[in-house]
Amino acid sequence: MIENRPIATFISHAVLIIGLLVVAFPVWVTIVAASYDSVRVLQVPLPLWPGDQFFVNLHSALTAGVGNAREQSVGLMLMNSFFMAMMITTGKIIISLLSAFAIVYFRFPFRMGFFWMIFITLMLPVEVRILPTFEVVANLGMLDTYWGLSVPLIASATATFMFRQVFLTIPDEMLEAARIDGAGPMRFFFDILLPLSRTNIAALFVILFIYGWNQYLWPLLVTTDKEMYTIVMGIKQMLEAAEESPEWHLIMMTTLLAMLPPVIVVVAMQKLFVKGLTETDK
Amino acid sequence: MAEIRLEKVSKSYGQTAVIHGVDWHIKDGELVVIVGPSGCGKSTLLRMIAGLESITDGEISIDGRVVNDLEPAQRDIAMVFQNYALYPHMSVFNNMAYGLKIKGLPKAEIEKRVNEAAEILEIGDYLERSPRQLSGGQRQRVAMGRAIVREPSVFLFDEPLSNLDAKLRVQMRLEIKKLQKRLGITSVYVTHDQVEAMTLGHRLMVLNGGNVEQLGTPIELYERPETKFVASFIGSPSMNFMAGNVSADGKEVEFQGGETHALPRAISSHMGKQVTIGMRPEHLLIDPSGTHTMSYTAQVVEHLGADTLVHGTFGSGGSDLIVRLEGVKAVNPGEVLPLSIDLANIHVFDVDTGKRLE
Repeated sequence: MIENRPIATFISHAVLIIGLLVVAFPVWVTIVAASYDSVRVLQVPLPLWPGDQFFVNLHSALTAGVGNAREQSVGLMLMNSFFMAMMITTGKIIISLLSAFAIVYFRFPFRMGFFWMIFITLMLPVEVRILPTFEVVANLGMLDTYWGLSVPLIASATATFMFRQVFLTIPDEMLEAARIDGAGPMRFFFDILLPLSRTNIAALFVILFIYGWNQYLWPLLVTTDKEMYTIVMGIKQMLEAAEESPEWHLIMMTTLLAMLPPVIVVVAMQKLFVKGLTETDK
Repeated sequence: MAEIRLEKVSKSYGQTAVIHGVDWHIKDGELVVIVGPSGCGKSTLLRMIAGLESITDGEISIDGRVVNDLEPAQRDIAMVFQNYALYPHMSVFNNMAYGLKIKGLPKAEIEKRVNEAAEILEIGDYLERSPRQLSGGQRQRVAMGRAIVREPSVFLFDEPLSNLDAKLRVQMRLEIKKLQKRLGITSVYVTHDQVEAMTLGHRLMVLNGGNVEQLGTPIELYERPETKFVASFIGSPSMNFMAGNVSADGKEVEFQGGETHALPRAISSHMGKQVTIGMRPEHLLIDPSGTHTMSYTAQVVEHLGADTLVHGTFGSGGSDLIVRLEGVKAVNPGEVLPLSIDLANIHVFDVDTGKRLE
């Protein structure tokens, strides 16, 4: 929209700046709180300018562990979260690509039936099916494993649906040209479909990685071994200090560390992400 | 090099038949054009030859080999699509080389073939570009290049020029014709543009509603259309039609307005019956000295430079007629002109079946 009215410009900027503050202020407080020692951080009012303990806190959070979760280091929890998020993301993308490929390009009985069955699982997130899913995972002996953390979250109707829409925008002639060139189904999938949905895969990767990283309820349920704790549930454990007061400066530092990987993923894939969500040219 | 045979080929989707038994023999090295209005089944027929559509009944053979149940890649064909269907993520070179890579040809051979084709089509400078950096005409060439490198025994063209502008279309039309002559590969070309069909094809098949109306050389179709449909479809501007009655002895015809003219050939089968008379615009003459003149009122005049087209009405029946006059002629709308008919070149069709009568 091209308009040149000073008041509109002022209002839109004001809205944007307020929105930015609302989002950014808590993050700033986290950074500030992570840079003081345990005494200062508990005094009211909280300072608004960072102190000098940032790297000291960073060092102790990474090596010593925090509060109730002291037995396992933050580094290990970050690793666990990373593996879980990566497994969920890649698993979701692979399985959705394949099922969308089957639904769009193959004629088999009850094709639409299968599509709708996949679609209906949108209504069944983990929280709804938590008991039966736990039972299945427990019976398969996948408690306290990366498989148990990730496999039940992999099936994805959203991603399948998205890839289906992407494939539908690819003209039929592309398939026909490939058939005349002698490409079989899998060859067509790898040589034509995958490269053409590259940006969409990247966009989905960003969304799904954050989804996987932020998982809280499910890891809480299937992990009892502290070696398998993820960072998001780890932070919660740190708050439940029994005797002493929570070590807020270290918890804030851990929170910062936990925010880092999603930020890196978003920043690194930003260009492809935007392209994947907006590009229509095939 | 191959000949293509179609025997009673038909296609139906469920209950709806779209191709009704086509018999055709395409000779080795021939360029044939399937032409017809949209929805007549011409693309379907081509896609059946390509193997992209199944054949409901009948038999298609290429080079003596029945191909009904063969995959497109096994039929030794190459196809050029209307929207080119280039792979957008591959360079021009890879677009052309893709089929050869799948075939497992050695790298040197692939490079040789692609470079040869690029030279023929003058796209050597673009080999490293991606298709989206090319203009429509260049993409068209790449699509043809992809067909050429396969060295197939049959080329199939599915309206390859419809996405180009008028000037480029004429140019590419000529190039396709030259290329086909040079390579001598049997080709089937589908178009809805009758000018394209007339200029390109050694032979034409006119399709209408899944039925073959006529097969023949462009001139045969133009001079002796077998049906009223062919007569109206081939030629631009299209043929004029008028109702008329054949006299009792079958030697004369009476037009709607009352004028009576001798027929070039007596029609014995339709004595005393109504028929449709067809006249090409160039076989109507404005000739004050002619013997069979009728009054013709001009309404709209179109100057094309080489010709002048006059749209007007004729006789008391008020039939619309288009007349083509050579060169620039000063004709004013509303002017009444003496019109005579070149009787040797009129066509007579049955009113109900649309078949040519002689």
